[in-house]
Amino acid sequence: MTGLDATDLAILRILTGDATQSAADIGRAVGIGQPAAWRRIRRLSDSGILAGRRVIVDNAALGFGVTVFLGIRLATKGRTSLEDFERAVTAIPEVQTVQHVLGQFDYRLRITARDISDFERILRRRIMTLPGVGQVEANVMLSEERRPGPLGSL
Amino acid sequence: MPDSTDRRILRHLLADPRATNAVLAERAGVAPASLWRRLDRLRDTGVIAAIQERIDWRALGYEVQVSLRFTLDKTSPRAFDEFIAAAREVPEVTEIQTFLGSVDLRLSVIARDMAHWQQIYRDRILTLPHVSDSDALMLVSTIKDSGELAL
Repeated sequence: MTGLDATDLAILRILTGDATQSAADIGRAVGIGQPAAWRRIRRLSDSGILAGRRVIVDNAALGFGVTVFLGIRLATKGRTSLEDFERAVTAIPEVQTVQHVLGQFDYRLRITARDISDFERILRRRIMTLPGVGQVEANVMLSEERRPGPLGSL
Repeated sequence: MPDSTDRRILRHLLADPRATNAVLAERAGVAPASLWRRLDRLRDTGVIAAIQERIDWRALGYEVQVSLRFTLDKTSPRAFDEFIAAAREVPEVTEIQTFLGSVDLRLSVIARDMAHWQQIYRDRILTLPHVSDSDALMLVSTIKDSGELAL
């Protein structure tokens, strides 16, 4: 699929674990030279498969002890109401992720807050006042695990 | 404990994770040598847990992404452990999260197309243990995806 060989997939597995490794280290790990590794990484990046870096920090150590996922249903739907809602919600700094979804809700949000009372402030002052917002469901995240996905079985 | 300079460095790093250390040092207003030392310490103490490349699964031909939410049958004391162990065996699962609320667990699942999704759903998802209820949210588009914190 998409012309990737086993070496490309091995490089992707390494980079999705640690993006800061040098091309020389990656080349050594997959059994090719530094220039060949660099070319392959460049190609994976140019083709859009490598979509950018994610810095995973210990939120709690930085004073952000609470992550909450919200499911939001809009009370009114229509193109302008979606645009108004999206413009307002993406401007809230505590909202890390906004996804438009199909199903029981219209949007999924990921929110980081200092604690539960900070979350309550964000919910009341920022979320409940968003244009068109209807039903809201909140779930407090307890644990999170990112998986490598189907890189081994492409 | 990270001090205010550490926080400033982290704010710039989270805003632009691809910035080189030289650029990061300039933006955060610290000397390059000091930046190195601080980044090392933030990594050693686990404040920076990892810097990873993100994969755009669409570019690899995975067009469908579904958020599956589960309520588990908690009468079995090992329900969470057994469900999570089984979910880890499904290669198309990219995220596993547990919650306090009306939802117990959430999986992000990717598939090449709707036929592939249907196959994964029937063969691998409906067979997961201890599920009392589930619902699916299908991703239409990601409007915002930022790791930034209000530091």
